[in-house]
Amino acid sequence: MRSAALASRRELGSLIEGREIVKSFGETLALRGASVCVEPGEILAIMGPSGSGKSTLLHCLAGIFTPDSGQVWFEGQQIDQLGEDKRTRLRRTEFGFIFQFGQLVPELTSADNIALPLLLNRSPRKDAYRKAASWLERLDMRDLGQRRTGELSGGQAQRVALARALVTHPRVLFADEPTGSLDSLMGERVMELLVALAREEGTTVVIVTHDARIAAYSDREVLVRDGRVTSPATREIRGQ
Amino acid sequence: MSVPLSLLGLIEREPSHGYELKRDYDRYIGPGRSLPFGQVYATLARLARDGKVAAGEAEPGSGPDRKRYAITEAGKRDVAAWLAQPIEPEPHLQTVLFSKVVIALMLGRSAQGYLEIQRAAHLQRMRELTEVKRTGNAMDALLADHGLFHLEADLRWIDLTEARLHALKEMVQA
Repeated sequence: MRSAALASRRELGSLIEGREIVKSFGETLALRGASVCVEPGEILAIMGPSGSGKSTLLHCLAGIFTPDSGQVWFEGQQIDQLGEDKRTRLRRTEFGFIFQFGQLVPELTSADNIALPLLLNRSPRKDAYRKAASWLERLDMRDLGQRRTGELSGGQAQRVALARALVTHPRVLFADEPTGSLDSLMGERVMELLVALAREEGTTVVIVTHDARIAAYSDREVLVRDGRVTSPATREIRGQ
Repeated sequence: MSVPLSLLGLIEREPSHGYELKRDYDRYIGPGRSLPFGQVYATLARLARDGKVAAGEAEPGSGPDRKRYAITEAGKRDVAAWLAQPIEPEPHLQTVLFSKVVIALMLGRSAQGYLEIQRAAHLQRMRELTEVKRTGNAMDALLADHGLFHLEADLRWIDLTEARLHALKEMVQA
């Protein structure tokens, strides 16, 4: 059922496409012509060894980094050509992010952190906190709404981060090693939640991981090696 | 080797009929690997012959075997000894994976290509087991985890082998 649904979505074309992306940091060439397509509604794992460029690729696809050359397309719009203001708006309205750690403001409560993206998008305060409370309820964390996130366990903090990433109903969730700081069992629980919520919300997910057990939650994987996507997306693109 | 001892363990729990043993073995020990009735009764006959179990009187009723089997002291000692021993760690040094890589390199074919398709196949199986874990009960999850960790070990070997292909190629083509 799932593969049939994905196949029909693929006929609609890619939601995100990176074409021959090159990105360097000083003398270090992180991406050397990486190409990848992300289909609407799919959960795509970007795998690769440390230093292969997989996180840089995610940051380029998400409009956080601007490629030195190559293109990034989102829904038919070339986002690497947008100005910083427009890319920031795009990230706030269309994309959600979850990282290994560090994305929550530790001095703020769980409810504050979840409401924050909505407040930054100028949602009315009451409405933002009502939605935050609803997400806390959905994650079975209503008792932790007034707890500062700096006081939460790693697993609790990642669940709050997940709610914060999804509260704006993004089209795409970008996740960079989201379970990297958690033990195996807690990592699994966070992934199960992430996958279940993404499917309920119809959110496309791009997840960077070096962990095959995490990648096994995806619909499809691509491998980044030495700054290039070596399987299987490159073959698909070349075959067009 | 583990089927007779698993059945002995089930009998130690409580004296049982053959059909009860098959039902519990299939449910708790070998989900997805159903034990044939014939193997159950053949094993019980051997265990009785060797003095590990004692068969009760045949009970009235239909069916192939209405005897209830109880464990003997010798049988209990076997179960205790079995549970106290680690199983033989199997290093799998001569796997098909390894053989294919070496032969591909010897023939000048793409060992890297083989490893890539093998990685994709392993990941696909891991997806299936992850789905079993997500939708099944705690016992399904434990069994799926066992498979997942073994596949993950293979994948780590595949990653490392890819990084060592050049050195390996020089060795096998020398």
